Amino acid sequence: MAQIEKSEGIADWFDQRLATKKFNKVMMTEYWIPKDINFLWAMGVILASMFGVLLISGIFLLMYYKPDTALAFDSVNYTIMQEVAYGWLFRHIHGVGASVIFLIIYIHMFTGIYYGSYKRGREMIWISGMLLFVLFSAEGFSGYMLPWGQMSYWAAYVITNIFGGIPVIGDELVVWIRGNFFVSDATLTRFFMLHVLLIPLAIMGAIGLHFYALRIPHVNTQTGESVDFDTESERFLAGDKKNSKVIPFWPVFLAKDFFVLSTFLVFFFYLVFFHYNFAMDPVNFDPANDLKTPAHIYPEWYFLWSYEVLRGFFFDIAGIKAFDLGLMAFAFANGIFFLLPWLDRSPTIAPANQRPYFKVWFWLLIMVMIILSVYGKLPPTGTNAWVGFVSSVSFLVLFISLPIVTMFEKRSSK
Amino acid sequence: MKEWKILGVLVIFTAILYIGVEPYAHSVMHPHVTPEDYKFTDLNDVKLKEQGNVKNGEALVQSNCIACHGLEAAGMKAPMDKATSASVYGVVPPDISTAGLIYDKNYLANFIKNPSKAAKLEHKFNAENPHPMPNYEWMSDEEINDMVAYLVSIAPSHVEDKKVFQEACSRCHSMRYDKIKADSDVTKYMGSYPPDLSIIIRARSDEFLNTFINDPQKQLHGTAMPRVGLNEESQAKVMNYLESIGDSKKQEREELAPWVLGYLVILALFAYLWKVKIWREVH
Repeated sequence: MAQIEKSEGIADWFDQRLATKKFNKVMMTEYWIPKDINFLWAMGVILASMFGVLLISGIFLLMYYKPDTALAFDSVNYTIMQEVAYGWLFRHIHGVGASVIFLIIYIHMFTGIYYGSYKRGREMIWISGMLLFVLFSAEGFSGYMLPWGQMSYWAAYVITNIFGGIPVIGDELVVWIRGNFFVSDATLTRFFMLHVLLIPLAIMGAIGLHFYALRIPHVNTQTGESVDFDTESERFLAGDKKNSKVIPFWPVFLAKDFFVLSTFLVFFFYLVFFHYNFAMDPVNFDPANDLKTPAHIYPEWYFLWSYEVLRGFFFDIAGIKAFDLGLMAFAFANGIFFLLPWLDRSPTIAPANQRPYFKVWFWLLIMVMIILSVYGKLPPTGTNAWVGFVSSVSFLVLFISLPIVTMFEKRSSK
Repeated sequence: MKEWKILGVLVIFTAILYIGVEPYAHSVMHPHVTPEDYKFTDLNDVKLKEQGNVKNGEALVQSNCIACHGLEAAGMKAPMDKATSASVYGVVPPDISTAGLIYDKNYLANFIKNPSKAAKLEHKFNAENPHPMPNYEWMSDEEINDMVAYLVSIAPSHVEDKKVFQEACSRCHSMRYDKIKADSDVTKYMGSYPPDLSIIIRARSDEFLNTFINDPQKQLHGTAMPRVGLNEESQAKVMNYLESIGDSKKQEREELAPWVLGYLVILALFAYLWKVKIWREVH
């Protein structure tokens, strides 16, 4: 039993019972972040905040949404958008937020890749981050189904169909996922459950893991310099704040994050009020109709690159069916990022622009992924199909060649 | 300085991606079509006259039109109720009281002469399967002009946005968010189901809707939807009405925006000052 004395105030009362002062030190005032960073280091806090925004707006939508194929469309487009006070605002925040959070996720990811923040002790940060990427993708996909518009229905149809390509169990698996032989009411209700319960729970767990994974190896710097956190934090606490190479999470790191976040929010709410079609596709304002295939079916922009890898293989090669080839490439593309810490064979931790070979690889990857995204949306006919094929192959080649490229880099730097 | 450079790189790549997947991709998927033609200049089978003989027009309308059409402006009800006429003709013949106001005169004249040609439905209607309204090709241009002059003379000087929609659209299309049910189920007669238009304003761009209403074949070749011949003013009214139902919170959205954005800009300014203050200690 702890020694409890008469408290000197509320703070002390809680401290005696919950060790709040110690907790505050560990989590905030003595959680050390390197000083040599730029605004890209604020993306994590933006992501956490955006998750909060999505959670809160989602809770409001949940009060009126009806997960039933006969009611879903009108519960969103009439009840929420027109009847409920500021329902439209919550939906726009939720819809645009879901799209913009992926922009920040990609910036966050590519910041990690550019600065080599996945290496030597930081592997778990990378893996837990990739896990979050996968979970957010599932969350985005399941949420997109809920308004039960044309694109909701047909995206659900196309994406669940992909699982049919898995050998032996494919066909049964598709039925199991859909809960019916076709995309139906059962499908909508189970994806609703995934979207509002199971996946958010998993995301919260994964966010905890991601934050925890940062504690031991610490945050990277923008030069890749390895900081001695024990010495530097002692220097900071001794009062030599200017020469210390670290800053505490609160208030110093968060002061900057808060500025970047509020600037980001100006941009975000501009999109919410005036420029939302990119995130809330007009096609999805047509009610789902299983007899009327839309002229163009495409996923949301953040899935376009992997969608293009999937359909980039449009002809059979060496007796393997185009569909199976695409599926294999798709599985490869979605899994390969997890292995990045081991594909990069160079021990150098430095920004890409200081790594002669990796620099070229990094910018090629960005280029290929943008091309894949654009051609993932364009109709896959004529030259478009070939551009898609070549860039899909380029994507695969880039990742297969990464160990070789970085091995050369390692040798040449000796 | 370095941070601005990073921001620049970020903005450029985001912009390239955005332009590629949004405006560029959509321009490929939905090619531009020629703008609306509110004078319907492709129709010139009837020579249009400035002044027609209203009296003669009245007599012609009496003897040729009101066997099927209502003309409430002149106190004449439709000869059959809507359900009966829908089952007889496949579609309810409209009351023609407002026709002289909401439809273009050139269109109206040419429609009387040859309905399926003016409506661009010759791929749907032919000798074996005639348009429910007969041609009046036996009439002289003079007589047709007189009828148009009469319709113009009895039309009201102003109609509400919703009324234009009801006259021009809701014989086939429903608007369930405004509790309007289509007068006739034309699925069998047209070969396809005319969609409910409650939130069509969010589902299609203004440019698409305007060119489509003006000439459906331009955007959807082979569609069973007739060109209805609305003049520019009436089409704007239909668009207004569609927006008032499908995007009813537009005004609230646009009024709230400056408050939220203004608040955030001020917040960002204070956040910047706070950041400078805190970081002065460590730099």
